[in-house]
Amino acid sequence: MSRRFTPKIVTANALEEGDVIFLTADDIWSRDHREAELIEDEARARLRLLHALSQPHVVGACLAEARMGENGPEPVRLRDAIRARGPSNYPHGKQEHGLHV
Amino acid sequence: MYEYDDFDADFVRARVARFRAQVERRLEGALTEEEFRPLRLLNGLYLQLHGYMLRVAIPYGTLNGRQMRQLAMIAERWDKGYGHFTTRQNVQFNWPRLSDVPDMLEALAEVGMHAIQTSGNTIRNVTADHFAGAAADEIEDPRPHAELLRQWSTDHPEFQFLPRKFKIAITGSPHDRAVTRANDIGLRMVRGPGGESGFEVSVGGGLGRTPVAGRVIRPFLPAADLLPYVEAIVSTYNMLGRRDNKYKARIKITLLEHGPEALTARIEERFAQLRREFRGTDRQMLARIRRQFAPPPFEEKPLAPYEAARAADPVFRAWTDTNLTPHRRADHAIVTVSLKAPGATPGDATSAQMRLLADLAGKYGHDELRISHEQNIILPHVHRADLPALHAALRGAGLATANIGLASDIIACPGMDYCALATARSIPVARGIAARIGELKLEHEIGPLKIRISGCINACGHHHVGHIGILGLDRAGVENYQITLGGDGTETFAIGKRAGPGFAHDEIVPAVERLLRAYLQLRRDRRETFIETFRRLGGAPFRAALYPSKDKADAA
Ligand code: SF4
Repeated sequence: MSRRFTPKIVTANALEEGDVIFLTADDIWSRDHREAELIEDEARARLRLLHALSQPHVVGACLAEARMGENGPEPVRLRDAIRARGPSNYPHGKQEHGLHV
Repeated sequence: MYEYDDFDADFVRARVARFRAQVERRLEGALTEEEFRPLRLLNGLYLQLHGYMLRVAIPYGTLNGRQMRQLAMIAERWDKGYGHFTTRQNVQFNWPRLSDVPDMLEALAEVGMHAIQTSGNTIRNVTADHFAGAAADEIEDPRPHAELLRQWSTDHPEFQFLPRKFKIAITGSPHDRAVTRANDIGLRMVRGPGGESGFEVSVGGGLGRTPVAGRVIRPFLPAADLLPYVEAIVSTYNMLGRRDNKYKARIKITLLEHGPEALTARIEERFAQLRREFRGTDRQMLARIRRQFAPPPFEEKPLAPYEAARAADPVFRAWTDTNLTPHRRADHAIVTVSLKAPGATPGDATSAQMRLLADLAGKYGHDELRISHEQNIILPHVHRADLPALHAALRGAGLATANIGLASDIIACPGMDYCALATARSIPVARGIAARIGELKLEHEIGPLKIRISGCINACGHHHVGHIGILGLDRAGVENYQITLGGDGTETFAIGKRAGPGFAHDEIVPAVERLLRAYLQLRRDRRETFIETFRRLGGAPFRAALYPSKDKADAA
């Protein structure tokens, strides 16, 4: 049996602003990771990533580990948490817009 | 300082126009990211964790008030009101929109600046001693040579696709403040047997994954031969350097694989040929450039205000004790403005601070500013009589921190708060150490100390050459910090040695504190600095302080 797949979300940066974005189940790019589709299955993760990579207004699409939290998927790794929140030295990035507070 | 001529200005403008068209095509979808990526990198535009980052070169760390004001304007108008100054004398904007970048580049071009060759496998911004042209210990201002190298390397058709990026650093002083030995080519000015000036040339230095000191391949190169010699090195490397493996592509590996004798012989052979071909054009250019680096018209006036302020104001006196460096004129001083106030992010300056520094440079410093690889800003030529007024103005803006060269004057790369390559954060570690040092009130007791922090193995934070170096790694998804000891980036260059197992994020500040306390106990007297104590005693007593329980376990 293969190793258990850890759930993932698809994330990228918006082409024009560079802002961190997340792919939802209904194919919308959200600025809020809690709206992302939490993908529990490896084959689907690959498919969704391929879909993301083919999108024109998106750059740097990749999979990020996540787990279900109270209000939706939460990042697992520090790197993804920083992307979802913003840097720790200034209240910039997502935290600036009241997201993830 | 050097002003662009029409050729430079036209070239930079043409590049901006070309990039503007490329950005438009990318936004329309006519270019894929795969096609666009190399084009944006040619213009210093990276994609980082939160979005784009624009890296702008400050050639050999020199800029004037107008340029500094333009950086302030750019930060305010298209970014978040600050810029981050790096160890390679670049400035980075962390939040630009792709659609704004052409306008930002155009604004830079207006003041003779650009982001060309701040990325890619090219010759990068030539870095220099930040006290160049002012330092008392200098043989000659190295910046005319740096400018010649800049002109020669910018858009050089042969060197746009080197095996890997290529870094050159230069100093005109026998005291190396430019970390020359950590560069692909390091140039340190020395005097020849007849008193004439020349360069000691080292090759193959670098930090990163394989830290190594540059190897001197020419103890004395006459200054006039500099350009053909540098070209000989780069073109030899371009032929021999490996392109099959990114980790073996730097010239330090070429040197290792071919052996220093064989590589030097090939460089010398090429040099002999190039020297003939150059026919002295380079020397004519150098003479022309040199005129633009004439020293400013220094003023003569009484020193009384300086002496009086020093006697009356202990805060001013403390600042002059740490933040001044001897100028080649005794009545002047080189002022280093610390960007390491308590709580600050090393290297960050707000638009308001940049503007103030530009104004102060105009008023007291002949309109000259420098950026140091230590991430501070320098006013290189200030008359001592003007220092009290300058200090008062800096104080009002939170720019009068008296900590240059001390424990809280920490170099830290952006780390995982911004950088896509990072394995751990560095900024919070720097801030944590600085805050703890502030609480202990031991900074002046501890004296000269260089702490350097990198957020990954690439070592942009120069951790290998820190007296105390800290490298942030990722151990199974958790930040882990490795300490190296005894590094030195100056003319007594040394790569720090790893002390032992790493520390968790919440353990690293206490670990550094243990090192500092150990030093205070171990030093012979107050005059013996941290690095001197380390050299005298070796790493063992410091390791014992870092790993107290392990020590006990070993003894049991
Ligand atoms: S050392 Fe690593 S983390 Fe720090 S700026 Fe360089 S590449 Fe990024």
